[in-house]
Amino acid sequence: MAEPGNRGRVLVVDDDAALSEMLTIVLRNEGFEPRVCPTGDQALADFRDFRPDLVLLDLMLPGKDGIDVCREIRAESGVPIVMLTAKSDTIDVVVGLESGADDYVAKPFKPKELVARIRARVRRHDDAGPETLTIGDLTIDVAGHQVTRGEERISLTPLEFDLLVCLARKPWQVFTREVLLEQVWGYRHAADTRLVNVHVQRLRSKVEHDPENPEIVLTVRGVGYKAGAS
Amino acid sequence: MRLVGPLRRAATFWRRSIQARVVVSTLVLSAVVVTLVGWVLMRQITDGLVTSKTNNSVAEATRGAYEAQSRLEGAPGTEFDSAAQLAQLVAGIVARGDVQGYDVILDGPVAGTSEGGASASGGTFNSPDVLTTSVPDRLRDIVETTPGTSWTYTTLAYEQGSGRPDVPAVVVGSQVEVPSDGGTYTLYYLFPMTDEAETLGLVRRALLTGGALLLLLVGGLTWLVTRQVVTPVRMARRVAERLASGRLEERMQVRGDDDIARLGTSFNQMAASLQKQIRQLEELSRVQRRFVSDVSHELRTPLTTVRMAGDVLHDARDRFDPVTARAAELLQKELDRFELLLTDLLEISRFDAGAAVLHLEDVNLVDLAHRVAESTMPLAERRGTRVVVRDPGKPCVAEVDARRVERIVRNLVTNAVDHAEGRDIEILVAADSQSTALAVRDHGVGLREGQAQMVFNRFWRADPARARSTGGTGLGLAISLEDAHLHGGWLQAWGEPGRGAQFRLTLPRRAGDPLTMSPLPLVPADARRRRAPRPTPHDERAGLP
Repeated sequence: MAEPGNRGRVLVVDDDAALSEMLTIVLRNEGFEPRVCPTGDQALADFRDFRPDLVLLDLMLPGKDGIDVCREIRAESGVPIVMLTAKSDTIDVVVGLESGADDYVAKPFKPKELVARIRARVRRHDDAGPETLTIGDLTIDVAGHQVTRGEERISLTPLEFDLLVCLARKPWQVFTREVLLEQVWGYRHAADTRLVNVHVQRLRSKVEHDPENPEIVLTVRGVGYKAGAS
Repeated sequence: MRLVGPLRRAATFWRRSIQARVVVSTLVLSAVVVTLVGWVLMRQITDGLVTSKTNNSVAEATRGAYEAQSRLEGAPGTEFDSAAQLAQLVAGIVARGDVQGYDVILDGPVAGTSEGGASASGGTFNSPDVLTTSVPDRLRDIVETTPGTSWTYTTLAYEQGSGRPDVPAVVVGSQVEVPSDGGTYTLYYLFPMTDEAETLGLVRRALLTGGALLLLLVGGLTWLVTRQVVTPVRMARRVAERLASGRLEERMQVRGDDDIARLGTSFNQMAASLQKQIRQLEELSRVQRRFVSDVSHELRTPLTTVRMAGDVLHDARDRFDPVTARAAELLQKELDRFELLLTDLLEISRFDAGAAVLHLEDVNLVDLAHRVAESTMPLAERRGTRVVVRDPGKPCVAEVDARRVERIVRNLVTNAVDHAEGRDIEILVAADSQSTALAVRDHGVGLREGQAQMVFNRFWRADPARARSTGGTGLGLAISLEDAHLHGGWLQAWGEPGRGAQFRLTLPRRAGDPLTMSPLPLVPADARRRRAPRPTPHDERAGLP
């Protein structure tokens, strides 16, 4: 069993006491340091106080609902947010992703699956040496986690940054959604490609001059995405 | 015969419009009646006019002939110049004829009656311009041989240069004896029927005009009357069409209290009652849908907790005593099944609610078959069988929801693995211009007669005593059938005891196109060869909606 706390702090926002406690047990087993927040209203205060490395967020919360909490956290931090949802097929998932969540896990999930999702989001690119990439008119400092256009710095969440780096590293390659899911999200087998679509839209809204006519992240119809010409 | 555009449109209009048919048939009937009436009237008026003219003419001619005869007889005996005598006589009659409107021809003498006196100067004495041919030969014969008065109809002809047109006429002939030469002459009175012809023309024009106006009136009236009936019918049709297309609040306008208004009222009552019942059913279905969905979702949170607890126990089972460890294992396994069942139930409830939607993309079914074969290989190996894809050597692309079709094929293959008895399972793929098909064939226990339809029933088992080994939920084939229908496709089963079974999925190449036939046979070729083909009770229609 891993030492508690050395893998990172996880804030669990869920109103179901039994599930929260179970999550605490499993996360602690896996070496994370969890804290439970039972209501949406309190979530932001706990977030500021706890400074977690990842937030596990139930979409259906009493008081302020998960979508709003997600937006609030996202407004002040790029911290990875993984949603817990009972309705994987509904519009809720897309709304949740659009409001800033990086990934979602549908109930009922296996503990290993959840831990894999969490690990994929909190892993650090320790191997990243000094590396500078260009994509379109953007410059990416991989080690420094910075994207600049000329003098202007563009603020991206870690996930959006990973997505952009993944595309920029192989500008000649067209990435299918499945490949992106594997390389950026860490999925081993087919998962929901809506994740990719939503996050490409979010990324475009930050890096493109005109998100309607993208020049950085190009869509290859029927296949996937590729980097724009440098 | 192919009708050209406008003609075809006219034919369609004729077929569709009651109004046009009623108006046209009324017009045709009225035209026949008006023509008949006009014709009879015309006949009677003509007869009347001609008869009265003839009577007058005969009377006039008889009187004239009598007068002429008496004048001739009353002439002094010294008069021997018969020609002059006749000329004088005729001049008198012609003068009178000019005033009264008739012409005169004096002919003769009749052969063998004159002693030659008049014949020298003889010939005819006529009104000016009249041709003697105006008197028909038949009448001439009769008048010459019989005394008294005879008459007939003729055409009164005039000299070419006179410029007077030919007119129908009555000609009355009688004999006159000229005492001076003892000859018998024939005197013809020709009464032209100019006035009568004019009158008849006037009557004919009047009748034609009247008839035409009458037809117009009848046509207009019919049009108006049918319009009054047809308009509400058309309105009812439009409203019914709108109701059918789902606009349940549509109603007919009701004005007045007549039959049409009552039709409208009844129609509206029907629509209101339908609307009410549909609303009730919708509400009921919505509540049920909500309930099933809520139950499934509410179950998920506690299930997640139980699931995680089970996992923790399962991971720690090495440290338990054997009985507890086995209990932890069972708990884990059954939780998997419970989860699958819940997922399938939710999926079925989504179909029942009509909430299932397709995410269409072009999918090569050959690739998909290989993918499924690969993913089901571990399961097949455990059961001592293999899954073989009979590759057609060309891509078979269809516009489908990849996730759903893959689920169908996976369900078919796991189902086949369950019943294959260790023999190979084949996946066949084929395509034609309209459709693609994928069949999963096993050579296991097969299906008994009548079972081919039942396999798609929810929770149906071929043999209730037989254990499920692959842990299916009993909903797999039911969901697959729903998935196939959602694509507008077919999912059909064939099977024979001991010969194995084949499940065939047929999908249209383009989503929404109708299917007419499948590129793969439902009954496999090897099964057909061994026995004479006979219609199986679970043939083509087995999987149709």
